Amino acid sequence: MTIVEQNLIELRGVSWRAGGGRAAEIIAGVSLEVPRGKTLVLLGRSGSGKTTLLKLINGMHWPSKGEVLVEGRTTREWDAIRLRRGIGYVIQEAGLFPHFTVAENVALVPGLEKWPREKIAVRVKEMLQLVGLEPGQFAERRPRELSGGQRQRVGVARALAADPPILLMDEPFGALDPVTRAELQREFKALARRLGKTIVFVTHDLREALLLASHIILLEKGRVVASAGPEEFLRLQHPEVLAFAASLDVRGGAA
Amino acid sequence: MTGLWRFMVEHQSEILSATLEHVELVCIAMAAAILIGVTLGMVIVRRAKLRALALGIAGIFQTIPSLALFGFLIPIPFIGGIGKRTAIVALTLYALLPILRNTYVGLTEIDPAVLESAEAMGMTQAQILFRVRFPLGLAVILAGVRTATIITIGVATIAAAIGAGGLGTFIFRGVALVNDSLLLAGAIPAALLAILADFLLGRLERRLRVT
Repeated sequence: MTIVEQNLIELRGVSWRAGGGRAAEIIAGVSLEVPRGKTLVLLGRSGSGKTTLLKLINGMHWPSKGEVLVEGRTTREWDAIRLRRGIGYVIQEAGLFPHFTVAENVALVPGLEKWPREKIAVRVKEMLQLVGLEPGQFAERRPRELSGGQRQRVGVARALAADPPILLMDEPFGALDPVTRAELQREFKALARRLGKTIVFVTHDLREALLLASHIILLEKGRVVASAGPEEFLRLQHPEVLAFAASLDVRGGAA
Repeated sequence: MTGLWRFMVEHQSEILSATLEHVELVCIAMAAAILIGVTLGMVIVRRAKLRALALGIAGIFQTIPSLALFGFLIPIPFIGGIGKRTAIVALTLYALLPILRNTYVGLTEIDPAVLESAEAMGMTQAQILFRVRFPLGLAVILAGVRTATIITIGVATIAAAIGAGGLGTFIFRGVALVNDSLLLAGAIPAALLAILADFLLGRLERRLRVT
């Protein structure tokens, strides 16, 4: 196997339950692979286990059964801190530090990794430009002085700052208005393709999944119920796929 | 009123030295309470059993009537006896609960999205504590310090009962001699100290609040 074809992320029969013991399984026997440079979209309703799966990948949870491999090593073998610094993470409300400026937020992981100061300053500028924020205008602002879309851009810049090979994104555009959301989705798609990152993207929006995915996995109650490329996905006949497909059809919808 | 004013002018140097003594008691006790309360508050953030114990014990001290707490401490070896040291121990125990409770609340009631991303970006627990929880909780911690300071300035007047000096000396004498001027010569500076401390700490608290 050459390095290009390597699966950066691989789950083998992974189950997870909160607190161990007899609690119900939130994730039940999930296996999946994400090849280098691809975007896997995890689609599912609220509570289907999407976020839990992300946290299994960056070692915020450990599987109760099975194993999660990142770059060929299980998350138990990884030092959790090292593992996470190599994985960018973007969440819905961005989770920016309110007491940091935009520049300080973006500089966080490079700072933790003890990059030299000049290198960090250059990188922060690069990252802000990359996500379409003029550094001179935004670098010194606080998160509360930004719009939701701008905050999310900063969140993406922060996740990319230390140049991690992997990005985990948990409904990053979910709280934005539809126009801003569409704008960020398009830009992000171009960005992801250009940077060649390996991405796991969580959403409950089928339209977003079809736009961004190299591959879509549909979760229902912690299990994989469908798995296909974006072209074939809508042809699947599983009832949960049909339920999601119905949500796309504006005219036929009962809502 | 003119009688009181004349009394205060005539005894200004005694009142001043009693005020300084009072401030000294409060400052030492507050320094100790902040040191213990904030440190303990940081320790209990992630230790549930210790948290219940620490908050419980600090809560018990708070329910003991202050005069009784001074009394209880007198017979205890090393920390007890008559005088300043005992008073400072009692004042410290009294100030502990608001500081400890606010430190805990300030460090834990933080936007979960902020804590989640801090952890996900590979910050260690110590880094999260000192670089995220602490700066974001500082205003709440300071609110606890402010409450504790005001309580301590008031309770410190009772310290005179065990010979620790301070403004309480005038108040106890005033009560014993049924002399209003004497009583007010202790009570008014104590009240002014409390107002001043409230004002200054309130300003600091607003400056440190992160929105």
